[in-house]
Amino acid sequence: MNDASQSLTTRVEPLKAGAHVIHAGFLNDEPLLALADGRVLVGEQTLTPHGENAILVATSDPARLVTGGDDGKVFSITSSDTVDQLGDEKGRWIDAVALGPSRSVAWSTGKKVIARDGKGQTKEWTAPSTAQGLAFTPKGYRLGIAHYNGASFWFPNTEGKPEFREWKGSHLDITFSLDGRFVVTSMQENTLHGWRLADGKDMRMSGYPSKTRSLSWSHDGYWLATSGADAAVIWPFKDKDGPMGKAPRECGVRHAKVSSVSFHPRALVVAIGYEDGCILLCRLTDAAELLVRAAHKDDGKITSMAWDKTGARMIFGSENGSAGVLTLP
Amino acid sequence: MSEKIPVTVLTGYLGAGKTTLLNRILTEPHGKKFAVIVNEFGEIGIDNDLVVGADEEVFEMNNGCICCTVRGDLIRIIEGLMKRKGKFDAIIVETTGLADPAPVAQTFFVDEDVSSKARLDAVVTVVDARWLKEQLHDAPEAKNQIAFADVIIINKTDLVKPEELADVERQVRAINAYATIHKTVKSSVPLDAVLGKNAFDLDRILDIAPEFLEDVHVHHDTSVKSIALNIPGDIDPDKFMPWISEFTQKEGPNILRCKGILSFKNEPKRFVFQGVHMILDGDLQREWKPDEVRQSKMVFIGHKLDRSAIEKAVEACRA
Repeated sequence: MNDASQSLTTRVEPLKAGAHVIHAGFLNDEPLLALADGRVLVGEQTLTPHGENAILVATSDPARLVTGGDDGKVFSITSSDTVDQLGDEKGRWIDAVALGPSRSVAWSTGKKVIARDGKGQTKEWTAPSTAQGLAFTPKGYRLGIAHYNGASFWFPNTEGKPEFREWKGSHLDITFSLDGRFVVTSMQENTLHGWRLADGKDMRMSGYPSKTRSLSWSHDGYWLATSGADAAVIWPFKDKDGPMGKAPRECGVRHAKVSSVSFHPRALVVAIGYEDGCILLCRLTDAAELLVRAAHKDDGKITSMAWDKTGARMIFGSENGSAGVLTLP
Repeated sequence: MSEKIPVTVLTGYLGAGKTTLLNRILTEPHGKKFAVIVNEFGEIGIDNDLVVGADEEVFEMNNGCICCTVRGDLIRIIEGLMKRKGKFDAIIVETTGLADPAPVAQTFFVDEDVSSKARLDAVVTVVDARWLKEQLHDAPEAKNQIAFADVIIINKTDLVKPEELADVERQVRAINAYATIHKTVKSSVPLDAVLGKNAFDLDRILDIAPEFLEDVHVHHDTSVKSIALNIPGDIDPDKFMPWISEFTQKEGPNILRCKGILSFKNEPKRFVFQGVHMILDGDLQREWKPDEVRQSKMVFIGHKLDRSAIEKAVEACRA
């Protein structure tokens, strides 16, 4: 990956998605796509857990996919013949889903947040306003919830009131650093907000021309890649103050906004997907770039990207239904 | 990028006939597919495949603009709907009777993800001919709903006498100078009276009756009023743009809506703007036609607006 003029475009195998790709991933090492028209593609298999209804949100880890639909249902898919319904919110749109440790899952609809542990026990909490983003802490059974005017941190198995961190404005997505020291939300106001969990110290990460809707941590946990600008904006989180007082790195500067980011699971390389369908790989250490996929006007933005466990393959999908798998040389 | 999906916002005070109008729109044989966004606590019995319950969450934008509010739920719902292209041709948003239309309208200006995929076609307000007078007296929402409208449907006209109806119409006109008015029984209007209005096509503000321009501030003690200006000849953009931006910043909380078509000096195209509170949106649109009189017209609707000060300021912007 030394030559910046090198291209990986010939190493991309296209996949037929045919609908807005909500989520791309690998399930048991097979390419996985969750589509807005309700279909889930796992390798050669097509599943329709939500029937004709739409999948609105989905997330996966190497062993399971969780989908939330406009039918109010939440499904867990662990293989092409193991589909379980986890929840049914009676037709209310599922706004967010998250996967946690020990096979736990969380989802939300409006203000209602449901956490389900690995044994299938569910707990419910009502957020002060719509829960727009959910994320489990890396360790322990604790859920972070992004909502209007702040974020709440909830231990589903304890009776106490969730801890609330206030910051004015509407918080959308939420993510914890891998060591659990920091939490970061994206906001309606084209900015990121963060808190150091130990003392609640605020961190503002601003300057985006549009909303950040994709966030990805590097494998060592020291960097957070973000979408929303004309480059992937990558914030340093190594020091005890996180990114405070430091400038972020910018990778893959183009005349198009970044819509999706995904760090390689073993190297400081980030996959960057743009609103025009282009995808680059960018190495953080020297900003070397490799073209994975050229811009394609009909494709719309890249909506989701993910690496397999070893980092040998990367899957992506776009809003207009194109998708593919990159296999590294 | 494909065509933006048109969005019609349906407002009106409690019991005015919004749901009747909505069902009328949905059941007419038009061959169109609508996605309908209704308040989840609102009336049921909407005859449509794609109905989404909204919870009318109004969020202040944390951007230093105090009157800049958006509907958070609407952003989410429209984002969700847009993932299913081809399922519908248009969106109708029905608000509750007590809703302020500003956050709904502002959502289409402020949120980039929404405005890149959907456009506000028109705000349609249903008014109850029988109770309007009381409602204007008691409820600021009723006033705002009329002020925001592009189309106003004065409904239940069979329940009032002709002179009462004329009075209702005058009251509506005093608040909103440019809206198209339809008088109906049981919200019975032709579909094209409410859909496909294209609020950005502001040509009809050029059609405001001249007598109305003088009439506006004379009668009725309603606190919301329209100020319509008509300036012959050209405007100097270097004077006008700083003025309008400062004016809307300062008076934003009082300005419910503003719209205008301007003739800029040495500019072959018409400059069209519209705004909600402090938010302004404008661009150059089609060229002036050879037989068209180059002139500038604008309407400001709001509270406590000083007509003579605005007139003087705009007059000073003449090229």
